[in-house]
Amino acid sequence: MTHAAATHHTSMGLDSRKMGFWAFIGSECLLFGSLISTYLVYQGRSVSGPTPAEILNIPVTSISTFDLLMSSLWMVLALAAVQRGDMKWAKVWLLGVAIGGAIFIGFQVYEFTSFVREGLTLQANLFGCTFFILTGTHGAHVTVGVLWMLTLWYRAMRGKLGPEHAMTVEIAGLYWHFVDVVWIVIFTLVYLLHK
Amino acid sequence: MSEPTGLKSWLTTTDHKRIGKLYFWTAFVFFLLGGFEALLIRAQLAKPDNTLISADTYNQLFTMHGTTMVFMALMPLAAAFFNYIVPLQIGARDVAFPRLNAFSYWVFLLGALFMNASWLLPHHPAPDGGWFGYATLTEKQFNPGPNIDFWLLGLQILGIASLAAGFNFIVTILNLRAPGMKMMRLPVFSWMTLVTSFLMITAFPVITVALVFLMFDRVFGTHFYLPQAGGDPVLWQHLFWLFGHPEVYILILPAMGVISEVLPTFSRKPLFGYTVVVYSGVLIGFMGWGVWSHHMFSVGLGPIADSVFALTTMLIAIPTGVKIFNWLATLWGGQIRLTTAMCFALGFIALFTIGGLSGVTHAAPPADLQQTDTYYVVAHFHYVLFGGTMMGLFAGMYYWWPKMTGRLLSERLGLVHFWLMFIGMNLTFFPMHLIGLLGMPRRIYTYSHDLGVDSMNLLCSIGAAMLGLGMVVFVYNMWRTRRHGAVAGPNPWGGATLEWSIPSPPPVHNFDVIPTVTSRVPLWDAPPKPAPPPGHIHVPAGSWWPMVAAAGLPVMALAPLTHTVWIVFVGAAILLFGIYRWAFEPFEV
Repeated sequence: MTHAAATHHTSMGLDSRKMGFWAFIGSECLLFGSLISTYLVYQGRSVSGPTPAEILNIPVTSISTFDLLMSSLWMVLALAAVQRGDMKWAKVWLLGVAIGGAIFIGFQVYEFTSFVREGLTLQANLFGCTFFILTGTHGAHVTVGVLWMLTLWYRAMRGKLGPEHAMTVEIAGLYWHFVDVVWIVIFTLVYLLHK
Repeated sequence: MSEPTGLKSWLTTTDHKRIGKLYFWTAFVFFLLGGFEALLIRAQLAKPDNTLISADTYNQLFTMHGTTMVFMALMPLAAAFFNYIVPLQIGARDVAFPRLNAFSYWVFLLGALFMNASWLLPHHPAPDGGWFGYATLTEKQFNPGPNIDFWLLGLQILGIASLAAGFNFIVTILNLRAPGMKMMRLPVFSWMTLVTSFLMITAFPVITVALVFLMFDRVFGTHFYLPQAGGDPVLWQHLFWLFGHPEVYILILPAMGVISEVLPTFSRKPLFGYTVVVYSGVLIGFMGWGVWSHHMFSVGLGPIADSVFALTTMLIAIPTGVKIFNWLATLWGGQIRLTTAMCFALGFIALFTIGGLSGVTHAAPPADLQQTDTYYVVAHFHYVLFGGTMMGLFAGMYYWWPKMTGRLLSERLGLVHFWLMFIGMNLTFFPMHLIGLLGMPRRIYTYSHDLGVDSMNLLCSIGAAMLGLGMVVFVYNMWRTRRHGAVAGPNPWGGATLEWSIPSPPPVHNFDVIPTVTSRVPLWDAPPKPAPPPGHIHVPAGSWWPMVAAAGLPVMALAPLTHTVWIVFVGAAILLFGIYRWAFEPFEV
């Protein structure tokens, strides 16, 4: 497809799939923007506990945040490897991204279950409602990304992914980095600046 | 290159022209359904203290009338023209993502069927919370049945169709323009499609979030809109109208685009002030994001919020007014031909201006407090959405019908249709201004004789019957045209844009040779030259997978409807399977 895209004339000189994906990311900004705004509007308005200060575990979430940020680095390395045709390292980094994402999800599963044990359920209070929907929506995005990375890795293993698919990998990378950036915003607003 | 026929070729089609026709006929059926619901409402209100329709059924009728008209009739009728006309106007062979386009259509169809399936269940639990579904009326506590679940899940599905279409048309218009088709040579209809697409991809995520909160409140017992747990029902109103006001422009901008094509063609003059019309449309798109709280003056947001939103609302009337004067200046000194399409376009200007002016009266919060929840508001938005959007879309139907079918609609029947609609529309909705100012509230299933509005309500109902009659004439006109319509030829109206340079209906690949554009009115400046015979032209093959992927969504929606968790995994598996097959199928043939 990349060959075709490179030879096909487009009015803006930009690959159509890439342009469409940027539009999708713009749309996603409004989705997360609405979720984050709701979280902020409802901050401190719960009529009962547990409160963020009582329950959020910043050291543990810092580790998963570091893991997710590193996976973005591996994504950069995976794309670079695909672009120069180094499929051996491309496979390593693509699998690395998928594992990094899976570890993040593992942390989130641990976090959610321990919160529920400590009394913060989805229904407990407004903090529970907004926290679980916001971070859960983000986690669902990471899960989709992990499936996407595993698909690319599997195709690379079967020899069906090469430098001619660099645009496909680049778009997957756009998604992955976007999901990462959203997490940086969530980590800052929900965890670091909690009230 | 012969066109494939048969049921399979329609179910798997990725041709933008066929998808446009599917959109048109589906949306037209839903338009008739929404119109039928409106006629039932008017039958109930024809006389005071009427008992024809129960209060519960009446709630369902006005909810489904609004929801159907906005999401299943007007938006997809506009989408039918986006699909059919935009690639032709910009000189492209298809949209940027043909299979995503098919996906949009199937998602729209299935979402619309999902919501309307509620009519068919025992005791017909159709949605009954109004098209804006205000919390806390939509919460489990006050609405325990499945009615609201059908509404919120159906809307969620329909939203996905709009999002997918939005991405597709943004890329199509920006990236697939013919050589020389600069942005400032783009036909205004394509420009307005672009602005509308940007509004769709930015507005729909907001209502997606609002509906997710409502679904969690209803299904999982969260408290997003419940005051007893600290939640705020006004959050729903903010999220809904933050989507809802851009939605208003999603509904009107395409119709403004249509008449910006029709008026120049039948005045034989290029659009007056093209650049200003385009920039006004873009400005309306931006400003449409800054006015939502004018729907909420009666909430009591405080003097600062009320003043700011009053001001932005009055300001948005400026680019709208600019457009109206540009359309009028286009007519000035032109060789005007009063065809049916032209009559509907002129009807748009007149009626939309009335609706726009009554809109400015709501912009002042003290006046708005008197008007909120009365028939005055009903009068206002029907002048905008019926007098505006529908008149514009009818203009588009008469204008582009010959391009889409190869035959002309009867002008004689068309004019009968126009006058029935024009008179019927004013008869139905003009008295509502007075009825509302006299104090009759909306969304109440009957009224007392003592209110003194009997005769005006009867007048409204007579007008509604005229509208119904007008639609009968229109349907007859369409049916008759199949055999008896005059053969159109490539350019029956002497139009200036590229869709008129090719045969009617166009061949599968649209253009034998992609044209090179040197002007805003290419056919008036340089008539098309006989093209050299085409070489081999790639046409996308059909695909089943967009429809399979789309089918996963209503299946997933059955899970919250029936409170059965495992169904969501079945639906997700269907969706994923469809997407994987779609991603890895060979595409070009």
